[in-house]
Amino acid sequence: MGLDFWTYFWVVGTFGTYIAIALWARAGSTNDFYVAGHDVHPTVNGMATAADWMSAASFLSMAGLIAFLGYGGSVYLMGWTGGFVLLALLLAPFLREFGKFTVPDFVGDRYYSTAARLIAVICALFVSFTYIAGQMKGVGVAFSGFLGVEFNTGIMVGMAIVFVYAVLGGMKGITYTQVAQYCVMIFAYTVPAIFISLIITGNPVPQLGFISNVRGEDVAMLEKLNTVVQDLGFQEYTQTNKTMIDMFAITGALMFGTAGLPHVIIRFFTVSSPRAARVSAGWALVFIALLYTTAPAVASFARLNFIDTVNESTYVADDADYVAEAAEIVAEGGKPIPEWFKDWERTGLLGVEDKNGDGVIQYRAGDENEVTKLDRDIFVMANPSIANLPDWVIGLVVAGGLAAALSTAAGLLMVISSSISHDLCRRTFFTSMSDKDELRVARASAAGAVILAGIMGMNTAKLGFVAQVVAFAFGLAAASLFPVIVLGIFWKRMNREGAIASMLTGLVSTFSYIYYFKFVDTDPTNWWFGVSPEGIGFLFMFVSLVVGVVVALFTPAPPQEVQDLVEDIRVPGTRRPHGAGDVAQMPS
Amino acid sequence: MSQLPTEVDKKGYWRAVVRLTLSLLVIWFAVSYGAGILFRDLLDNFSIGGAPLGFWFAQNGAIYVFVVLIFYYCRAMNRLEKKYGVGV
Repeated sequence: MGLDFWTYFWVVGTFGTYIAIALWARAGSTNDFYVAGHDVHPTVNGMATAADWMSAASFLSMAGLIAFLGYGGSVYLMGWTGGFVLLALLLAPFLREFGKFTVPDFVGDRYYSTAARLIAVICALFVSFTYIAGQMKGVGVAFSGFLGVEFNTGIMVGMAIVFVYAVLGGMKGITYTQVAQYCVMIFAYTVPAIFISLIITGNPVPQLGFISNVRGEDVAMLEKLNTVVQDLGFQEYTQTNKTMIDMFAITGALMFGTAGLPHVIIRFFTVSSPRAARVSAGWALVFIALLYTTAPAVASFARLNFIDTVNESTYVADDADYVAEAAEIVAEGGKPIPEWFKDWERTGLLGVEDKNGDGVIQYRAGDENEVTKLDRDIFVMANPSIANLPDWVIGLVVAGGLAAALSTAAGLLMVISSSISHDLCRRTFFTSMSDKDELRVARASAAGAVILAGIMGMNTAKLGFVAQVVAFAFGLAAASLFPVIVLGIFWKRMNREGAIASMLTGLVSTFSYIYYFKFVDTDPTNWWFGVSPEGIGFLFMFVSLVVGVVVALFTPAPPQEVQDLVEDIRVPGTRRPHGAGDVAQMPS
Repeated sequence: MSQLPTEVDKKGYWRAVVRLTLSLLVIWFAVSYGAGILFRDLLDNFSIGGAPLGFWFAQNGAIYVFVVLIFYYCRAMNRLEKKYGVGV
């Protein structure tokens, strides 16, 4: 059984499962379609949230990124987990007690304003589209890299699958496919991690291997890694060249951005009560932490192992018989280049150039480095072959990467389709629309969004700055959505004028800063206070918060019925309808 | 209609919730921004199994504390709801 067989086996098998789940979990009403009938079990929702949240970037790229950034990579680890504490404590239970379908629902009702609702829709759409293009690109890369399928064909296959379960099942279908996708993902991530941890440290638990000695030596793994990378001219692994203020700001932008991302927030509308929403956030973080505490271990093992096996190894030509040649090199007392390196060299993700002509590869910092192409994603994808695991595990990693990309894409599609069918049509332009019509529009807009996202994904191949654009999504969510939602719950006096001013300040300032320093002036020495575009959302979040509060204090207090609404959502089980719009759309 | 709690109860409940939330956010801040970034050099004088402690907090430790924080919050909130007679 070859690698190709197993890759196809897992990809076709998992895709079949997703479609079967979609057919079983069809949505019959808008309540099913938007919030899965409000009756998803908290643990199940936690697992679905974990899959929703962990994207192709978490699964494929994060460990590799940390392997290169060392301590600097901590911003992703703390930022993308700490946001769930904010969600659990400040947002999820209260928004669940509010009891509607979308984030713009809350903003529009709490700030009694169509303008506020529309700005929230724009923020939600902008954040979701930037994010989804990256997922689609991930799907295309996985297909073209492993199955030899054309990049665009790969995206179309991925789109077709998401189309089936998102359009048929809405949130209900997505929830249960995300549970399946989480299982595929976590298995595909941890199995290779366990084996590589055994190889490097002799401890089967990667999190413990991370703080153990190197196997058979009396030196801590991280200490050895520090020495090894420094000898080659790289920066010490446990240090960073990021400034402290930038570390602080990026962590903040990612944390508050996570808490403000609409596709994560709406997952907590699917459970039955505020109490369930709290527990569910806890479970979500447990399932996320399984991967996120493994990632830094994988990162350090992979870096150490890469240097160990590749540096000073003797190159074997492409047309040579690898086994025979490698045996010869060993017989002469040399170290042959590992076989997995040859395999991945063919995909173009790794590349070498024998600059000094000695037939041996030198991996160094600076000009003498002979590993000329080293794609960061390689570390997760090559792990199973580095650890000599059987082909069926390698095939599973491909299915895991696809599961990560598709589950996140589906969650984002829900936000896009509900923004159009619910927030724009039902709540803004055609308020007399029936539930049945709304469901039809919801399906149509989900279908439209799938196709649009696919087209964007195909075009990002040419654009190639997806990774940079993701900074937009977190910064904007942190600076525009997070402050108005939290103030809307914790400060009764916050009013319409303050909310609109705050959202616009966050949106415009963050967008301008990121755009300017990413595309116009790319010189880091010009950054304000030394804060990079990735971290600027954190600073502008405070600016927009202050602007919102000041404007609110100079304008009239919100109407009594809105203040009553705020009191109700603070206390579980006391939610009553407030105002005409609320009665027509009574929450469940 | 079931008996709704009185206004006074609701206010007391909310004050208790805000107090709990703020104290947990202090811990949230301390283990991530504090231990992992601001005071990491200080903590790196200690080590956990060969990993500098501040570095370990930034890459692993903070995440463990986050999980414990949320579940502690759930339990404390359930107790508050019971005490003030709110919730379903």
